[in-house]
Amino acid sequence: MAFEKDLNLDATELRLGLPGSSDESAKNQTPATLRSNNKRALPEESMSSNATASKNCDQETAPLPKAQVVGWPPIRSYRKNNLQPKKSEGEISGIYVKVSMDGAPYLRKIDLKVFKGYPELLKALEEMFKFKAGEYSEREGYNGSEFVPTYEDKDGDWMLAGDVPWEMFTNSCKKLKIMKGSEARGLGCV
Amino acid sequence: MNYFPDEVLEHVFDFITSHKDRNSVSLVCKSWYKIERYSRQRVFIGNCYSISPERLIARFPGLKSLTLKGKPHFADFNLVPHDWGGFVYPWIEALAKSRIGLEELRLKRMVVSDESLELLSKSFVNFKSLVLVSCEGFTTDGLAAIAANCRFLRELDLQENEVDDHRGHWLSCFPESCTSLISLNFACLRGEVNLGALERLVSRSPNLKSLRLNRAVPLDTLQKLLMRAPQLVDLGIGSYVHDPFSEAYNKLKIAIQRCKSIRSLSGFLEVALHCMSAIYPICGNLTFLNLSYAPGLHGNKLMKLIQHCRKLQRLWILDCIGDKGLGVVALTCKELQELRVFPSDPFEAGNAAVTEEGLVLVSAGCPKLNSLLYFCQQMTNAALITVAKNCPNFIRFRLCILDPIKPDPVTNQPLDEGFGAIVQSCKGLKRLSLSGLLTDQVFLYIGMYAEQLEMLSIAFAADSDKGMLYVLNGCKKLRKLEIRDCPFGDAALLEDVGKYETMRSLWMSSCEVTLGGCKSVAEKMPSLNVEIIDESEQMEFNLDDKQKVDKMYLYRTLVGHRKDAPEYVWIL
Repeated sequence: MAFEKDLNLDATELRLGLPGSSDESAKNQTPATLRSNNKRALPEESMSSNATASKNCDQETAPLPKAQVVGWPPIRSYRKNNLQPKKSEGEISGIYVKVSMDGAPYLRKIDLKVFKGYPELLKALEEMFKFKAGEYSEREGYNGSEFVPTYEDKDGDWMLAGDVPWEMFTNSCKKLKIMKGSEARGLGCV
Repeated sequence: MNYFPDEVLEHVFDFITSHKDRNSVSLVCKSWYKIERYSRQRVFIGNCYSISPERLIARFPGLKSLTLKGKPHFADFNLVPHDWGGFVYPWIEALAKSRIGLEELRLKRMVVSDESLELLSKSFVNFKSLVLVSCEGFTTDGLAAIAANCRFLRELDLQENEVDDHRGHWLSCFPESCTSLISLNFACLRGEVNLGALERLVSRSPNLKSLRLNRAVPLDTLQKLLMRAPQLVDLGIGSYVHDPFSEAYNKLKIAIQRCKSIRSLSGFLEVALHCMSAIYPICGNLTFLNLSYAPGLHGNKLMKLIQHCRKLQRLWILDCIGDKGLGVVALTCKELQELRVFPSDPFEAGNAAVTEEGLVLVSAGCPKLNSLLYFCQQMTNAALITVAKNCPNFIRFRLCILDPIKPDPVTNQPLDEGFGAIVQSCKGLKRLSLSGLLTDQVFLYIGMYAEQLEMLSIAFAADSDKGMLYVLNGCKKLRKLEIRDCPFGDAALLEDVGKYETMRSLWMSSCEVTLGGCKSVAEKMPSLNVEIIDESEQMEFNLDDKQKVDKMYLYRTLVGHRKDAPEYVWIL
C-alpha cells in the first residue's frame, strides 16, 4: 500500500502560526484556540523563507531547517546533537592531508581513506618523495633510516606515525611531515 | 497490631521491595513506620525539590541507594533554561557529613559538578554504583576522581549525558587493584580514551557483564576486548568501521562467536554496512537491540540483521527502517514488547520514513507489544483503532507526529477517535503522549477510560478549558501532567487545586494561564511550589496579574521554597 507521496507542503509545514490558520481543511478554529501573543523566540525564523527551496534541492551541506517550533519534535538534545547525518555508501568523502618534506620544493596532498593501513601509506610516501622510511617497531620507532614519518594531531602535537591504530590515526591526523635525521632524533630514530 | 517482635516484621519487610509498597507499609501504624524506616535501604525521590537531604537522612539512617530526579521532563526539549536547578552537590554534601554508608547513586536530569563527583568518591568507602542519565555539568576530571577513589566500584553507567571531555586519562585512573567492575558505560563521551588502559581494565574485571564503548574505540580494540571478556551480557559497540577483508575483521568474527552470553546490543556509532555479518551469530539470542544512533545502518543490510533477531523483546531503531522494515520486524520478532522508532531527520518532515502502516504491521505481528515511542510522518484514526484492538496491553503509548497538528490525512478529522480507542482498550495504560490534531473530545475519552494513567503529555491540542478539566477530574492516578501550547487557562487551573497535592508535578507552557491564576494556586496551596519561569524581562517590569505566563511549573513539596532558583524563576 503506497501512501500519498504528494508533498503537500502547506499542510505539513511547521509554522509559528496559529493552528488551523490559513489551512484549507474543514476544521474551524474557535476563538479559544487563537493565542494573541506568541512570545516564543524563533531562532531559525529567518530561514523559513528558504524552507520550500531547500526541500527541492539536493544538498551536500546540512539542509536548512524549516521554521521550527522550540522543543518540537520532542527529542532529547543529546540525541539531536549526536546523531550523525547518514552518508550513503560510496559517498564518504576522502581525508586529504598535506604532506611536506624538508628540502622538497612544494607540498603534496594525499587521501588517507585510500590506504588500508600504515604499510601502504608508507609505501606511497616513499614513492612520492623518493626516500626510505626504515623498519617500524613500537619501542624504537623507525630504525635504519634518516627519514621519519610524523604527523600533527588534533591537539597540535607532532607524533610519530605508526603508534596508534590506523582508524585513530586517520581521524586525528591533520597533516603529515617527513622529518629528516637530526630533527627527528627525539622521535626514536637511530 | 503487633503480634510479632520487630525483627520478624523487619524480616517480612525485606521481601517488600517496591517503593510504592514500602511507602504503603510505613503508613499502617507508628510501629510499622519505625521498623520500615530503619530497614529501608533504597529510596527513590522523583523530584529533588520535594524533600531535603537532611530530612531524608533523618528518616532513613540505613540508606544505601538513592535515586534522584531533577529537572522537569520538558527540559529534555530545551524548554527549561540552562541553570534552572537540580544541583546534586547539596545532597552529596549532606550525605557525606552524615553517617550514611551510601553505596549507590542514580541521577536523572541533574546538574553534577566535578566537585560533587570528587566529594562523592572520597566520602563513601563502600560506594559501588554511579548511574547518570541526561545529566550535565561534569567533565572527565570528575570521572577520573570516581575511578581513582572508589575502590569497590561495580558500576559506572553514563547514559546520554553532556560531558565536557578533557580527554584526560580518566580510564587510566582505575587502579590496578580495581577488579570489581560489573558494568561500564561511557558511550556518551566524545573524546579519545586510552585504549591500552581500557584493555587492561577489562582484562582484570572478570565480573564485567556490561560494556558500552564510545565512538573513539575502534574495531580492532573491540576485538581484543571481546577476547578478554567473552562473558559479556550487554555490549555497546563504538566504532564499527573496517575493511571486511582484513585480519582484524576476521579476528573480530572469531571473538564475537565466543560471546555466547550477549543478550543486549547497542551503539554502532559509526558503522560500515558491509561488516554486519560478523554480528549475525549473536543475533539469535538478543533480547534488546538499540540501533537508534546508527543512521548508517539501513536498507537491506538492516533488514537482514533484524531477520536474525527472533527473540527480540525491545527494539530501538531509527525511522529509516521504513514501514517495510517494520513489516520485517512484525514477521520476525514475535516476542517484541517495546518498540521505539526515532526520527533520523527530525526537521525534514517530508522525508520521515514511517507512517501508520508500519505501526499497524507491528501491532498485528507482535501481540505482546506493551510499550511504544513512535515518531512518524502521519497517523490515521483507523490505524489507531486497529492497533488498540491488536494490542490491548499497552502500558506506555507515546506517539509523536512530526507535524504536531496534523489531522488524519485520509479523513481530515482530528485523531480523537483513534486515541480514544487506545485508552478504552488498554486498561493498564500508565503513560500517554498525544500529538496530531486533537479537540476537547480526546480528553473526554481520557478522563473516562484512562483509569491507570500516571503521566500525560499534551502539545498543541484541545479547544478549551474543558479538555484539561476532563483529565483532572477523571484520571485519579495522575501523577505528572505536562502541557504546552494548549488553550487552557485559569478556569481549568483553579478548578481543583487540591488535586495537585496528589500529583508530583504540573507543567504548563505557552498556555492561557495568567500570573493572577498562578498566584491564586500558590495562595491556596502552601504545600506547592508554584514557579514562574520567564527569561524575558517582562516579569521585572510588568507585574500585571492579567498577564499570561510563559512557563509555569508547580510541584508538591514538604520543604517550601527552594533557595537555589536563578533570577528568572519566581516562586510565588
